Amino acid sequence: MLHDRDRIFTNLYGFHSPDLQAAKMRGAWDGTKFLLGRGRDWIIDEMKASGLRGRGGAGFPTGLKWSFMPKQSDGRPHYLVVNADESEPGTCKDREIMRNDPHLLVEGCLIASFAMGAHAAYIYIRGEYVAERYALQRAVDEAYEAGLIGKNNIHGYPFDLYVHHGAGAYICGEETALIESMEGKKGMPRLKPPFPANMGLYGCPTTVNNVESIAVAGTILRRGASWFSGIGRPNNVGTKLFCVSGHVNKPCNVEEAMGLTFRELIDTHCGGIRGGWDNLLAVIPGGSSVPLVPAEQIIDAPMDFDTLRGLRSGLGTAAVIVMDKSTDIVRAIARISYFYKHESCGQCTPCREGTGWMWRVLNRMAEGRAQKREIDMLLEVSTQIEGHTICALGDAAAWPVQGLIRHFRHEIEKRIDDYAANPHSESVMIAAE
Amino acid sequence: MAKIIVDGVEVDVPAEYTLLQAAEAAGAEVPRFCYHERLSIAGNCRMCLVEVKGAPKPVASCAWGVRDCRPGPNGEPPEISTKSPTVKKAREGVMEFLLINHPLDCPICDQGGQCDLQDQAMAYGVDTSRFHENKRAVTDKYLGPLVRTSMNRCIHCTRCVRFTAEVAGVPDMGALWRGEDMEITSYLEKALGSELQANIADLCPVGALTHKPESYHYRPWELTKTDSVDVMDAVGSSIRVDSRGREVMRILPRVNEAVNEEWISDKTRQIVDGLRLQRLDRPFVRENGRLRPASWQEAFAAIAAKVKGSVPEKIGAIVGDLAAVEEMFALKLLMESLGVTNVDARQDGTVLSPAYGRGSYLFNTTIPGIEDADAILIVGSNPRYEASLVNVRIRKRWRAAPPPIALIGENVDLTYPYEYLGAGPDTLSELASGRHSFIEKLRGAERPLIIVGQGALARPDGLAVLSAVAKLAQDVGAVKDGWNGFSVLHTAASRVGALDLGLVPGEGGLTAQQMAQGGVDVLFSLGADEIDIAPGAFVVYQGTHGDRGAHRADVILPAATYTEKSGTYVNTEGRVQMANRAAFAPGEAREDWAILRALSDVLGRRLPFDSLNALRAKLYAAHPHFAAVDTVQPADGSAAIQALAGIGGTPDREAFESPVKDFYLTNPIARASGVMAECSALARELKLEAAE
Repeated sequence: MLHDRDRIFTNLYGFHSPDLQAAKMRGAWDGTKFLLGRGRDWIIDEMKASGLRGRGGAGFPTGLKWSFMPKQSDGRPHYLVVNADESEPGTCKDREIMRNDPHLLVEGCLIASFAMGAHAAYIYIRGEYVAERYALQRAVDEAYEAGLIGKNNIHGYPFDLYVHHGAGAYICGEETALIESMEGKKGMPRLKPPFPANMGLYGCPTTVNNVESIAVAGTILRRGASWFSGIGRPNNVGTKLFCVSGHVNKPCNVEEAMGLTFRELIDTHCGGIRGGWDNLLAVIPGGSSVPLVPAEQIIDAPMDFDTLRGLRSGLGTAAVIVMDKSTDIVRAIARISYFYKHESCGQCTPCREGTGWMWRVLNRMAEGRAQKREIDMLLEVSTQIEGHTICALGDAAAWPVQGLIRHFRHEIEKRIDDYAANPHSESVMIAAE
Repeated sequence: MAKIIVDGVEVDVPAEYTLLQAAEAAGAEVPRFCYHERLSIAGNCRMCLVEVKGAPKPVASCAWGVRDCRPGPNGEPPEISTKSPTVKKAREGVMEFLLINHPLDCPICDQGGQCDLQDQAMAYGVDTSRFHENKRAVTDKYLGPLVRTSMNRCIHCTRCVRFTAEVAGVPDMGALWRGEDMEITSYLEKALGSELQANIADLCPVGALTHKPESYHYRPWELTKTDSVDVMDAVGSSIRVDSRGREVMRILPRVNEAVNEEWISDKTRQIVDGLRLQRLDRPFVRENGRLRPASWQEAFAAIAAKVKGSVPEKIGAIVGDLAAVEEMFALKLLMESLGVTNVDARQDGTVLSPAYGRGSYLFNTTIPGIEDADAILIVGSNPRYEASLVNVRIRKRWRAAPPPIALIGENVDLTYPYEYLGAGPDTLSELASGRHSFIEKLRGAERPLIIVGQGALARPDGLAVLSAVAKLAQDVGAVKDGWNGFSVLHTAASRVGALDLGLVPGEGGLTAQQMAQGGVDVLFSLGADEIDIAPGAFVVYQGTHGDRGAHRADVILPAATYTEKSGTYVNTEGRVQMANRAAFAPGEAREDWAILRALSDVLGRRLPFDSLNALRAKLYAAHPHFAAVDTVQPADGSAAIQALAGIGGTPDREAFESPVKDFYLTNPIARASGVMAECSALARELKLEAAE
């Protein structure tokens, strides 16, 4: 379990004020000028040494990503874009950062921009996050007022920070769609290559980072890479915000060390599974887009990138969705499928056509109104989507379905058998979605 | 150059090639829907997925560059496969997705037989369906009189959106909503405001957008295809005329990089119904003020009587805008044999003349040359409507890297931004005298291009304007070794050919205007419909449609349109092109050269040829450059510009006005077309709306 002294987000729950004064007392903006004074290369090396992996879901090493930016500008400005379009179902970590610890993010933006030679950074915040937008804007204004950022700031590095809000589309959390949206176009992912580090926002070198990845940067640099890399397990180091929701006694957001086991996480912070550990059915460990993991596999598994990948799932955004045995697992996945059908941007064929197909088949399966051969067909359709699309939304739509069929095929078959045995039963009443 | 292995075949291709292009270079076929070589890359249909060795998943070959591929561990060239099981499976998957929501209405779909989806489903799809849900239904959209929509069939390749935005330059199409609810639409359900809109139906790989005027009229396999050229403007777009039996069913663009790439304007395409309406299918003779049907003999006799009762000074000939070189040559010989010098092919009154050299009236830069220009000045022209595909090239140039572009004339929307300098000759002289900042941009340019249109030349002071423009071109160094930036934009398909032949008044001869205003007693009009002929003269009209010229005529000789004869046309660049016969002229109408040959016999001045080939042999002997079909014989630019600059004169102050007042109704064929009338009415409405 993580010691309190090792926490980065010390105001995660909003017990203290989010304003500049209080944030400074918690350690934000402490010695930022000194950190910048050590130079770009030192910052990037330190970030690489810390072993921080991107907190947005893919787990790409942050320091490495920063190092992809051109060292010398070819005349085009560089940009940092912070992805605050946190729309993955189950995920609510960035929300708390922006509400309660926004100055860590603002400071992180300055440091990261400095490391990449960017004089302007944009924070693209989800359209539905209204209160957070105000909180963040207040923090930015405070930082400007205090001369921490701006044209002539006390750090001696001209830097502007803009808060830009989206209009509420899941796909705009994809980095290139986010860039398109920020340029005022329809939020549709771009083809890669070219990657944003070459041709990003307005055709200029751009790095897109998750809120959490940026917000932890200041503290990592202050306390040293070795401190951060000393927490957790090899290749999966540091602290991470977990968002536990679903059938636990006390759902919560909590900062924990990477690699603690699922059992520890739930018992220590969430008051256990509703109805006890025997009542656990399955867990979606990283936001709705990763495949679920059945109870027996997850209970003692360390929560980190590599272990969960070994379980054919993923840590994703560490949004842990816990489902006990009262869950209608087929309907739950069908609902997730509906989400992806609804949020598909419609640009490329497999995702546009396939998500709707999967949702419709799953919906019938949830009732049992299907054929058993359709289970394999559904699995094949999901593999036809996976890996064939421009962005990762196609994969994200396919994985939950694959996870369901991998682990709960028997449940679907039972559903179909039950329906076949009594095909004209009263349909189950469902609350309006 | 970069090496790449495609299906085991190593090829050497330019590094900027995409995998799709590399595969094509290696002879491997890659199916595609959204990719089009003249549009930006969308990469959204996913049909062109190929396997790249070492990549975790298949990549879209249309969007992946050869230089984006990593070489093998020992530096071997990257390897891709277009035939592997993974690729086959990926294609089948994508094809299945495309088809699940595509209606199975091929039997009633106009695209049947020319449908990319149909062909590729045969080649790359599977033969059964696993989709048991309801298919998506989408409301059809109204896009105007030229494009019919059936949006259930749309596969969202966005070719139409990219075409309208990139090539046509109007923001009229886009996609609404997202996911499977995405719809291609014009937002406001208004007719598209582009003169190139029908191209989107050609681009559509499925039957979602089809050509409205000809819908359900034919199946593509019933048609006979004839390569030809267009005469609606002086660009001479390459077209393919598709006919069934005697009737022309449709006109399609043909790829010609030098002229129209692969687009044509709506007028070029949709005058098809004008080819059969209002046609003159027998000779007429005016008796007691009324035209009555007559036989060829009667008509010829009436003409012969008039000609014999007149003197050569009182006989004249005007040539219209759609005449081919062959009949103009025959007419010229006939008039020469009669001793007539009153011959003019410039019914709009333009001052261009072969007297100043061929370089004085050609679009010397050539159309592909526009792409090399680094500063463009347009004088007295609205290229968007006078020569749509020249405008497309200018826009293409502007999209590649915007050069300074300026215009003197009417302040119109050319689909690209330009600096508006002023309305008339005053601005021109201001520019020439260096009192305008744009002159610096022209002077600073390596390859400046000055386009002068008929709006500046077809007016009494046209010669002075032309001289001033030539002087300006000289001044900014537009004519030099390897670059001739002095370009005249014509509006009539026959004009350059006529000037090449020397169809201008001879010694003491009258111009077209003078003839029309009563200078002659017998006037021979070879399809001249854009000029008002004063009462008095005896008018022989040889033409195709019951249009203005025919109404004024005393004898009508029915002739063949450009789809009904083999004829040579010279476009504004001086490019000699050949139109071919796709159908026969209706009724008793005959090919123009044959009519003139027959008439010459009756007049006792038999022309020395009995066949088109014999005529051409004479023509090529007299003017060898007409034999070099599909090429441009470059003209001596500096001599011409010297001659023009030497004319001098002071232009008056009147503003330049484009000769094309209504894009859709510029010639008798277009005026006979119901489709063009509808387009014209809509365009007027749009204009009124914009003015409000």
